[in-house]
Amino acid sequence: MQLTLAFVMLTGAVFLAFIRLVRGPSLPDRVVALDLLASLSIGWIAIYAIATNQSIFLDVALVLALLAFLGTVGFAYYIAKGAMSWRQT
Amino acid sequence: MAANVSEFLALIGDLLALIGTFFMLVAALGVLRLPDLFTRMHSSTKSATLGIGCVMLSAAFHFRDLGTVTQALAIIFFVFITAPVAAHLLGRAAYLSGVPLWEGTLSDELRGRYDEITHELTGYLSIPLPEERR
Repeated sequence: MQLTLAFVMLTGAVFLAFIRLVRGPSLPDRVVALDLLASLSIGWIAIYAIATNQSIFLDVALVLALLAFLGTVGFAYYIAKGAMSWRQT
Repeated sequence: MAANVSEFLALIGDLLALIGTFFMLVAALGVLRLPDLFTRMHSSTKSATLGIGCVMLSAAFHFRDLGTVTQALAIIFFVFITAPVAAHLLGRAAYLSGVPLWEGTLSDELRGRYDEITHELTGYLSIPLPEERR
C-alpha cells in the first residue's frame, strides 16, 4: 500500500519533469529537467528494489547516479564552450 | 521482542520511502512551476537530493544487511557530493550563456563582473556594489 502510493507519486513527478523537458525555453532548462529525471529514476529503482525484495537493483541506482553526474557535467561544459564562441564572434 | 523491533524498522523504512517520494514530487512541481532557470535549479538540486537520501535510507531500513546498507550509504554520499558540483557547473554555464533572469529578481551581483571573452571573474574591485547592498 505504502509502496503503491510511492510509485504513484514518483510517476506524477516524472510526468511533471517531462513537461518541463518538452517546454523548457532554453537548453539549460532542459538539462535541469533531464538531471531531475535521472534523480527520479534513481528513486524509482530504489523503491522497485524494495517492492521486489531484490537488493541487487541498488547497483543500477549507483551506476545511474554516476552517469547522470557525468552527463550533466558534459552538458554544462559544452554550454559554457558554446557561449564562449558565441560571444567572440 | 525481536519481531517487534523488525516491524518497527520496517515501519520506519516505509515512512522514509513516502517522505522521500514526497520530496521528489515537490522537486518536480518546483521545476515545472517556478519562473526562472536558477529558481528551478534550486528546487531540483536540493529537494531531489533530499528525496534520494530518504529513499536510500528507506532501502537500508528494508534490507538490513551489511552490504546493502553500505551500498545505500555510498549512494547517498555520492549524490550529496556530486549534486552541488553539477548544479554549480550548470548554473555558471547558464549565467555565462545569457539565460534571462526572472523579471522580479532583486539583485544580480555578478552583472558586469565577468570578462566577456575569457569568462574570468574580473573587475570585482573596480566596479562598486549595487545600490541596494551598499
